[in-house]
Amino acid sequence: MNNLLVMPILIPLCTAVILMFLKEKVLLQRWISVFSGILNLVLACVLVTRIHKEGIQTLQMGGWTPPYGIVFVGDMFAALLVLTASAVSLGILLYSFTSIGAERERFYYYTFFHFLLVGVYGSFLTGDIFNLFVFFEVMLISSYALISLGGTKLQLRETSKYLLINIVSSTLFVAAVAYLYAAAGTLNMAHLSERIAEAGQGGVLNVIAVLFLIVFALKAGLFLFFWLPGSYGAPPAAVRALFGALLTKVGLYAIIRTFTLIFAGDPDFTNGWIAWMAAATMILGALGAVAYNDIPRILNYNVIVSVGFVAFGLSAGTPDALDGAVFYLLHDMLGKALMFILGGLIIAAAGTDRLERMGGLIQRYPLLGWSFFALALALAGIPPFSGFPGKVLIIRGGLDAGMLAFSLIGLGSSLLVLYSLIKVFRLAFWGNTPDTEQPKVNLKSGTAVAAGLLVLVILMGLGAEWVNPYISQAGDVLGSPGLYIEAVLKE
Amino acid sequence: MEWMMAVAVGVLFTVGVYLILSKTLLRIVLGTSLLTHGVHLLLLTMAGLKKGAAPVLGGKADAYVDPLPQALILTSIVISFGVTAFFFVLAYRAYQAHGTDEMDNVREEEQ
Repeated sequence: MNNLLVMPILIPLCTAVILMFLKEKVLLQRWISVFSGILNLVLACVLVTRIHKEGIQTLQMGGWTPPYGIVFVGDMFAALLVLTASAVSLGILLYSFTSIGAERERFYYYTFFHFLLVGVYGSFLTGDIFNLFVFFEVMLISSYALISLGGTKLQLRETSKYLLINIVSSTLFVAAVAYLYAAAGTLNMAHLSERIAEAGQGGVLNVIAVLFLIVFALKAGLFLFFWLPGSYGAPPAAVRALFGALLTKVGLYAIIRTFTLIFAGDPDFTNGWIAWMAAATMILGALGAVAYNDIPRILNYNVIVSVGFVAFGLSAGTPDALDGAVFYLLHDMLGKALMFILGGLIIAAAGTDRLERMGGLIQRYPLLGWSFFALALALAGIPPFSGFPGKVLIIRGGLDAGMLAFSLIGLGSSLLVLYSLIKVFRLAFWGNTPDTEQPKVNLKSGTAVAAGLLVLVILMGLGAEWVNPYISQAGDVLGSPGLYIEAVLKE
Repeated sequence: MEWMMAVAVGVLFTVGVYLILSKTLLRIVLGTSLLTHGVHLLLLTMAGLKKGAAPVLGGKADAYVDPLPQALILTSIVISFGVTAFFFVLAYRAYQAHGTDEMDNVREEEQ
């Protein structure tokens, strides 16, 4: 029993409710948001150190012992995700102050921001599959509000599509839960894992597993990503950063959790599907990133590539690959938030999102330019940045598992990622300044936030040796679900 | 009894999918609503239809009904209620902004 586990959910929830009553007091809203963000960051640090010392923490809601009632489980994987998400969301919050605009701030932007965080943290920490659905919905409903907030024509059109895709996938989620409940008679994830291992996974359970895979793949943008490039391009840069850094990662987390814990009985079948989907995602995402000439689309396709890469790490399934998937997932949350923030700053500086109308920004914004260059190297996985250790581990795991072709696709997609980002760097920062009027904007505070995130990316890369014990503790639980089951059902 | 429920679920899914594939936004909203109703019935059926007394403490019966699916459905209904309400408002705003609720025409307005 550890009440600390519910705090990351409770704090943003209370903050969001308080902010609702402070509609006109924007400055106060900002202060409360920052305070709540810092508090959450500190608590997440405490949670991670406690789990590092004492192992997996559980909290039984209302004192109902599992498998009855809802249980919250904090293993290292979930705690690290909560920690990274709270750091990233704090950065995006600070960037919002200067970029989101007074209108949106007055119309409950910060409220929805915190409700979204409730859903994200809740999805990471819950140990009950239906509760996971509920937290997904909390997160999605906030994201509907955030994506449509502002009500431009583009936003309204893209929100309709985004909403429809997510309603259909949520419907399938409930259907999958219904089938699973009929087949296994429980909803507690640890208990499910135990029962499915007893019954032997095959036949109907594999069908249910594929149904879950479809549901989470739709949310994560794994292969079924046709909705993502358009929808993520509609809202302003801060919201894009929030979505790119957190939403797809929650889908990925759900895939990793369900397929390492619940449907771990038939890895040849499930990992085979995931591997093919991952390969297709990496290829198609990389092609998309190379093909386009407007910054939002290039960045959106980059999100897709990394989803494929983490899923490839999961499908390889060796301890190295799982460690790598965890490391890369954490790196990618930081990296993608940074990428969208820098992208937003570039668009603000140039006054357009079309690359062919940009040029010469390096003269006016040198720090912004070199940050973007460093980010390109980080996302491609070049040392000393944080992309490198994750990529090495995943590729090594893939080669150990005998997946040579998939590993090559992974490496090739990294090259195309580098090319697409360097293309942005070259066209936006080098060359001649276009003759058109250049907007005079002050990007100092935004660049400072981006520099802060970049420092985190570099620290995570340089301190990989120091981060590694935490990562491998997370990977161990993914590799042997028995640890998770024992922690939840022991009492 | 189960086969009747299965047919009902099937019909709801069919109608829901058909409506979602149509062009007007209003029909799409109704389609999603029917689809979620279908899935609620599915949840109720998959957990086993009523075979015992209501699961209330103090009642004396040989068998009790599993109360969990009903709690799940209730949660899911509330969520779908909220989402449908949001979708209706969004559809109305989109209609105001674009002057049409045909999805095809909305797409043409790009650029």
